Amino acid sequence: MSRSVILKTFGVLIVGALIFLPLTLNRYGIYIMSLWAIMTIAAMGLNLTLGYAGQVSLAQGAFVGLGAYTVAIMMSAGFGFWLPLLIAIVITFAVGWLLGYPALRVQHHYLAFVTLAFSTLVFLVFRNEEWLTKGIYGIMGFKRPSAFGVSFQKPIEFYYFTLGALVLASAFMAWLVRSPWGRAFVALRENPVRALSLGVDTRRYTLMAFAIGSAMGGFSGALYAPLVEFVDPTPFTLALSLNLLMMVIVGGSGFFFGPFLGAAIGVLLPEWLRFAHGWYLIIYALFVMILLIKTPTGILGIIENMIAARKTRAASAARAAASAGLDKV
Amino acid sequence: MMNFINLILSGLATGAIYALVAIGFTLLWQTSQTINFAQGEFVMVPAFFVLATLNLGMPLPIALLVGLALSMLVLGVLFKNLLVDPMLRHGVLPLAICTMALSIFLKETVKEVYSAEASPFPSFLPEGNLIFFGANISIQSVSIFVFAICAVLALQAFLARTSTGRQMQATAQNPYVAKLLGVPVERMIMYTFLINAALVALASFLISPVYLAKFSAGETLGLAAFIAAIVGGFNQIRGAIVGGLLLGIVDNLAAAYISTQYRGAVPLFLLIAVILFRPQGLMGRAEERTV
Repeated sequence: MSRSVILKTFGVLIVGALIFLPLTLNRYGIYIMSLWAIMTIAAMGLNLTLGYAGQVSLAQGAFVGLGAYTVAIMMSAGFGFWLPLLIAIVITFAVGWLLGYPALRVQHHYLAFVTLAFSTLVFLVFRNEEWLTKGIYGIMGFKRPSAFGVSFQKPIEFYYFTLGALVLASAFMAWLVRSPWGRAFVALRENPVRALSLGVDTRRYTLMAFAIGSAMGGFSGALYAPLVEFVDPTPFTLALSLNLLMMVIVGGSGFFFGPFLGAAIGVLLPEWLRFAHGWYLIIYALFVMILLIKTPTGILGIIENMIAARKTRAASAARAAASAGLDKV
Repeated sequence: MMNFINLILSGLATGAIYALVAIGFTLLWQTSQTINFAQGEFVMVPAFFVLATLNLGMPLPIALLVGLALSMLVLGVLFKNLLVDPMLRHGVLPLAICTMALSIFLKETVKEVYSAEASPFPSFLPEGNLIFFGANISIQSVSIFVFAICAVLALQAFLARTSTGRQMQATAQNPYVAKLLGVPVERMIMYTFLINAALVALASFLISPVYLAKFSAGETLGLAAFIAAIVGGFNQIRGAIVGGLLLGIVDNLAAAYISTQYRGAVPLFLLIAVILFRPQGLMGRAEERTV
């Protein structure tokens, strides 16, 4: 079987599982699958900022929170779902753009700490500005959306809704990374000085990488609020940002399917380990460490290396065969 | 006024502890490009080594020594050999993520193995209050400050005056040239990890009597150490001292005079301002940019 056939079969199996598996799951299983889809969207945004454009951000969790709060606050005020969704994306895009400015001045670990500080500040605002966010009591009492006369109230219906959103987000990402923009982002990651000398407006693309990545985070948060139907500050601590970063790196940063795999490990693995009770986070952390020691470029990175090694072997075998053929002549 | 003096004093005491942690943090960064996101948990763990030894019926001085030895073994040698060495050649970010996972691992392990509750921790420094010109001054704050500063000065002297210390500095500045000059770079890096382990153990023994030993205690401490290190200057020991003390005082004054809700925000604003307007830190040298 050729490689493309294997890949296609594998892809069909995964898509089939995503569509039909939740029908067999209980309420909690469906919730976890929906959460996976939502976290994948957020991780995809971070993968754009970090994996493609090379800007370290420890604030993606804050953008998920901003999106969730925007939707929760506006839906409680009676705005339906679609307008708040749009506003959430616009707000996170704008804030992400602003957060990009420090990245023009500082890089690497300094940038990581600016975004870390931002993420902690946003959490403090969620917790303390009670007039807006209801503080630690949280916001509840808003409904899941409906569209074209179809309601997405039931867990399984809402799961398909998030899956649809994931398909939409993936299509957007796939288009983006193949467009000239995507190439400019990669140029920015690989060598900013060279990119600048080749006429790439690095300033604009740095800000864009942050803004689009953050808006994806906001989109994911906008879906998170109706999934949980309750928004309080606790999910949006720095831990969420670190988790999303871990998902991107573990899956393979800079690979299109990295976030899918990373989110699966970050969301599903801890659940499968629940049988270990209090130990599940310990096992999870150990797993992540061992995985990273074995495959520092993430799971997809190691697969790519294996394929490259096989190709090299095949090519050298072909060369050897060819030269042997030449000897005979 | 009275209140103000005490706030400054306790700020200096916590600030000196932040400085200890921040120094270890910058040492690791300088010699091995390790951004240790588990540094806060590194401060939390030694206290539990001591508590476990105390539970075996050992007296406090022995328990402290055992705690120090165990943390140098686990947080120094094992951390370097098992985690940092295999990850180092793959760049800064995967290693940073690995230390994040390590911080979860340490936190959850302490929670499961020991206790999720805060445990009281015995102090080896004198406690009580001292009346000084009519002012009520906490002896504990003063002694923590003095003890921590002495430790920092001793470290400074070691790095500047002894041959080993100078070799360590050479390793930090340029490992390739240091190697050419015959400095055993690998051993120097190991010393840095041991010193870091000793510093966090010391910080742990000083701060746990004040804030209790708890599995989650490292979260705020780790953040404080990052901020102190960046504000002071990532590549200077004196920077970490200035950053630590400044942060301790700012933190305490903000809690008292601005708002308890946003006390956590004030150091963050300080951090953002410093990074944006003086990225090399208050005391630091600018790092050359590599193209």
